Amino acid sequence: MQTVALEQSVAMIPDGASLMIGGFMAVGTPERVIDEMVRQNRRDLTVIANDTATPGRGIGKLIGARLVRKAIVSHIGLNPETQRQMMAGETEVELVPQGTLVERIRAGGHGLGGILTPTGIGTVVEEGKRRIEIDGRSYLLETALRADFALVQAFLADYLGNLSYALTARNFNPVMAMAGATVIASADNVVPVGVISPDHVVTPAPLVDYLVTNA
Amino acid sequence: MEPQVVIARRIARELKSGMLVNLGIGIPTLVANYLPAGMHVFFQSENGLIGTGAPPEEGLAHPTLTDAGGRPVTALPGASTFDSAMSFGLIRGGHVDLTVLGGLQVDQQGRLANWMIPGKMVPGMGGAMDLVTGARRVIVAMQHTAKGKPKIMKTCTLPFTSMRPVELVVTELAVIAFRDGRGTLLETAPGVSVGDVLAATDAELTVPAKVPEMSL
Repeated sequence: MQTVALEQSVAMIPDGASLMIGGFMAVGTPERVIDEMVRQNRRDLTVIANDTATPGRGIGKLIGARLVRKAIVSHIGLNPETQRQMMAGETEVELVPQGTLVERIRAGGHGLGGILTPTGIGTVVEEGKRRIEIDGRSYLLETALRADFALVQAFLADYLGNLSYALTARNFNPVMAMAGATVIASADNVVPVGVISPDHVVTPAPLVDYLVTNA
Repeated sequence: MEPQVVIARRIARELKSGMLVNLGIGIPTLVANYLPAGMHVFFQSENGLIGTGAPPEEGLAHPTLTDAGGRPVTALPGASTFDSAMSFGLIRGGHVDLTVLGGLQVDQQGRLANWMIPGKMVPGMGGAMDLVTGARRVIVAMQHTAKGKPKIMKTCTLPFTSMRPVELVVTELAVIAFRDGRGTLLETAPGVSVGDVLAATDAELTVPAKVPEMSL
């Protein structure tokens, strides 16, 4: 793990990059990194995340600044601007059932080609996908997702890069920390090694490539 | 009594101590307000919480303790938190005893459409498809009609959320159970006749000789 200043953390992300961004309605989203991406005007991004939050919060800021080319998300209902851009054909939006989305990301990070899920069978979600029968039950083959970068937000990070999360800010973060080729973490609190006991480390240090330093 | 309150109070009677329950947004959220005193139900928020409690007092909200709509909540004693993969493992894996969801339409076999209106409202399915597919029991909480038009229909015109039929639909007029591809009128709301329910329903229902009144 290397520490990196906020400005440099975003400077390493090129235009056109694919990003997994932790958070659920902006709770557990690395807000400082998002703000810096807007400031540096990183564009043509593919964003994989649970949702696009609300206008002016979390990923909603990227949508508002029109930096997202494609969003792979489960929900955009609380961000009218994402819906508007989708309807107008300005931003491509792939809607994925939330449980399928997180499993596709998990598969990507765990070395699997995909997963089999009963969710979506017989609905519009099935279109273009393989149906596989196992023991008399139907499943959809949903393929794995990976990304160039995973941007995760932790509650605690120690000096080595071990991470733990707080309450409902955990959500997609630890799953994405397995599935990004480069993992950039930021944390509410940076603490000495040992403060997070081994049993409470959720994302082990070797997964974290960069830890964004405090302001 | 407001229609939403009739629906929420009736559904609250389906909950039992020890159940793991996921409540959707809207009328379903109200169900938690009508639990009998002393009953202990585990409420799941799919953003990663079991033991979801009421909204906090003014000034006690925590930015990282929210429900699936991003609103501040409390965590009850015995609560637990986990990531989204586990949260949906709980849902899809059949560990959630009951989910209560809102509905746009339900067809004659009990199949639910509740996630989009093509060309008008495309919010995304969020966790709804997983919940309807995986929860042990699914109850739909919705008003019986929309702008005077029946929402329980022979055939849905909106895209399905799942092909798995729901077990129960509770409206301000009636309780309807679905089994073996057909709905049965189980109860009518106080002051509502069987004829009133059938007039507001497009789907064909089985009507037993005696239909009791909803107990609230």
